[in-house]
Amino acid sequence: MKITLQHVAHVRSGDKGNTSNIAVFAYEPKFYDVLREQLTAERFKVFYQGAITGPVTRFEVANIEAFNFVCEGALGGGVSRNLALDNYGKALSSAILGFELEVPDEWRDDLRGELRATSKT
Amino acid sequence: MKQIIRIGTGSGWWGDRISPAAELAKHGQLDYLCFETMAEATISAAQVRARRDPSFVGHDTYLEDRLRAVLPACLEHGTKIVSNQGWINPDAAAAKAVTLLRELGATGVKVASINGSLITERVLSLTDTILDNGEPTETLAETLISAEVYLGAEPIVQALAQGADIVFTGRVADPSLFLAPLMYEFGWDALDHAHLAQGSAIGHLLECGAQVTGGYFVDPGFKDVDRPWDLGFPIAEVSQDGSCVISKLAGTGGCVTRQTVKEQMLYEVHDPANYLTPDVTVDFTTAIVEEVGADRVRVSGVTGKPRSPTLKVSMGCIEGFVGEDMFFYAGPGALRRAEIAKTVLLERFKIVDLKADDVRIDYLGLNAIHGFATPDSAPEPYEIAVRVAARTRSREQAEKVGREVDGMAVSGIAHTGKRVPFQDRVREVIGIWSSLVARDRVQATVTLTES
Repeated sequence: MKITLQHVAHVRSGDKGNTSNIAVFAYEPKFYDVLREQLTAERFKVFYQGAITGPVTRFEVANIEAFNFVCEGALGGGVSRNLALDNYGKALSSAILGFELEVPDEWRDDLRGELRATSKT
Repeated sequence: MKQIIRIGTGSGWWGDRISPAAELAKHGQLDYLCFETMAEATISAAQVRARRDPSFVGHDTYLEDRLRAVLPACLEHGTKIVSNQGWINPDAAAAKAVTLLRELGATGVKVASINGSLITERVLSLTDTILDNGEPTETLAETLISAEVYLGAEPIVQALAQGADIVFTGRVADPSLFLAPLMYEFGWDALDHAHLAQGSAIGHLLECGAQVTGGYFVDPGFKDVDRPWDLGFPIAEVSQDGSCVISKLAGTGGCVTRQTVKEQMLYEVHDPANYLTPDVTVDFTTAIVEEVGADRVRVSGVTGKPRSPTLKVSMGCIEGFVGEDMFFYAGPGALRRAEIAKTVLLERFKIVDLKADDVRIDYLGLNAIHGFATPDSAPEPYEIAVRVAARTRSREQAEKVGREVDGMAVSGIAHTGKRVPFQDRVREVIGIWSSLVARDRVQATVTLTES
């Protein structure tokens, strides 16, 4: 079934210069392989469209079931120069919660949050 | 030597809450309480303010509030304080602390200030290349207002070894504030990268305060947190081998879980196997993160590599101004009115010859926060704020933004909501650039005063 990422992972973004890092953490180890296969750096960058102007690098951090996406050119030139209302990009991470993933139907009971609103079975 | 050192966070940034620090000082049985109060542009902004406002002495503007909240309990329990509240004037921060200590009747308390981070006058001769764009640092000569080196833990260790009870620094790397007490207490050498990596990782987990205890974390139905209005600040109980348990005061809101620790572990990190600090290069990919009790998470296994031969330099430059304002639409047709208002503004900017390096007009409620990442399928909101911002070289140009938003009142679109212009609609841009400096070209100094 198709679900959004928020049901299998939680995320946090941080800023350094003009780069935002958006870290994605699988709620359970078994969700991690799905993220590895489906949430590639290329798809991540496409999903953010023009909001990330530079390259996206994905770092695997398997010991904490995480992928760290380092997104260059995501902060409008850096916090002070950034014309965005959210200068730090603190809320940038939440966009990826809507990324669509294909997961096995039998995971239904293990997924986090209410499925009704977002599932597209 | 103590078996366990207890370190707490007193603040994770300049604007952080103060009462959780007071609670930690009273009830945390802390050996050390550490305050982190700087952002990337703090030093440069302080330099600008100091030039204009002679009454600004150059340390954390909340220094007195924070010290008054924690000093009595810290004195009672023998808790030492390490803090980067010195900003551009650590000596003034120390002098303030001495005054407050005397007021409290505390004599013989040793307060240290650490200088040496500011290298504005020498930076162009000490550095070659701007890391961000590959240009020579010389290109910043005209606009440079401040340059500071990110110092490491060593000068703080020196101060503690000289008997300091309270240490104020200017710019040091955030994790170093927390690493220094561990190096001092456990006798870790500055080149002992195995232990320093673990200590730096602990500092990294603590440096943003509540971000490891349930702050910047709550998402109802997905990540629920007990009493998010009363988050306790973190405590690390650190063992001699460099492993630790992250916890918080019993009875406070928030939580310490594997999830909160994991999120903070990668916060503002790029390559997780090579997190560069002045003290050591940290590898988080070997960390073992385990829940060992309620609100208790053990972190061990962090490894590292020897520190790099260079230190990071941050250079702040005056780059111009941003003019910014907003106005509002609601009800049926809010978006169509917002869209024509955007067209009106863009045409007006041509008429008044706005000279801007960049202009951004958002529909707040639809696409202001995620910008180009907003999905095409996002529903039309009931209310929209049209928010406009432009980056310009001069203040005069930036002021045109607010003046054109003023025009949207009687000359604007039907049903335009506007607020009374109550705030400064122009802000200064302090651009931050980075470079590297050879470690041996920077010398920190430690000064001690006794109350």
